Amino acid sequence: MQWQSQVQFPAATPVRITLNGESFELDQPLSVEELLQRLEIDPRRVAVEHNLVILKRHAFAATLVGDGDRVEIVNFVGGG
Amino acid sequence: MAIADTPFTIAGRTFRSRLIVGTGKYSSYAVMAQAHEASGADMVTVAVRRVNISDRTRESLLDYIDTARMFILPNTAGCYSADEAVRTALLGREAGLSHWVKLEVIGDERTLFPDNEALIEATRILVKEGFVVLPYTNDDPIACRKLEDAGAAAVMPLGAPIGSGLGIQNVNNIRIIREFSRVPVIVDAGVGTASDAALAMELGADGVLMNTAIAGAREPVAMADAMKHAVIAGRLAHLAGRIPKKMYATASSPVEGLVGR
Repeated sequence: MQWQSQVQFPAATPVRITLNGESFELDQPLSVEELLQRLEIDPRRVAVEHNLVILKRHAFAATLVGDGDRVEIVNFVGGG
Repeated sequence: MAIADTPFTIAGRTFRSRLIVGTGKYSSYAVMAQAHEASGADMVTVAVRRVNISDRTRESLLDYIDTARMFILPNTAGCYSADEAVRTALLGREAGLSHWVKLEVIGDERTLFPDNEALIEATRILVKEGFVVLPYTNDDPIACRKLEDAGAAAVMPLGAPIGSGLGIQNVNNIRIIREFSRVPVIVDAGVGTASDAALAMELGADGVLMNTAIAGAREPVAMADAMKHAVIAGRLAHLAGRIPKKMYATASSPVEGLVGR
């Protein structure tokens, strides 16, 4: 899924990441916390894996998502 | 209860209900919540999956579970290797801030039978990581013993393939597993109707876990109620001590004093 970014001045290189297995574009690097806010995801209900490292919730604000990163955001769904 | 029972305790945590239910396959979360209420369960399983990034309007499962009353047990459903299962368990722990896991390592897509070898390995790894591991396994008493030795907090032998509704396929093995185990035995998978759950409890199981039997019933809330009673009935029958099975009749009414004899 591509997310079209607004052109910013000065023009920034788009940050391309893999988010939940799909390519995703950001206009600049941002923290995991900011990414979750952008996606309107409640950080208390998910777990995040950044480049195969499972993040502790308190590290969301400090962890920066940059070009080429792989991010997985999971939550609880119905199951047996 | 009409007879004293020991508490249903796993890893030092006591549950009021010996029936554990799943959260999958319901027609709606609202029906799920009603079924949970009717079942009397105080532990439910959930799966760990990617958030749907594009569709943010979807309802959230957790909005329909009262986590103050319901204990959430994340599973590793859909994992076909120890590595996948361990990764999923670790993610589940972060998402739920609970170190409990229903550990599944599947060996085959059609039967969803466990890969016991990988399951035992994953159990060892997760126990070392501090998890309370409840492994879904098959009705093999030796596999159950190995899981217990690996540190599993309970063993969960299947009654029959997941979602099959076939009931308890190997009655004697479940009885043997209960006899050999020093940890709680929870029959997980294959229950189809109330009598299956009651039978599992009559065999001495400490608990029963089911999802499809309730979610897939024509009337899930009614079936949840049935299962609640079945688990209680089976447990009582087990504690009460059944009569032995005999090949021929033994009259219940006296043979003396018959009029006209």
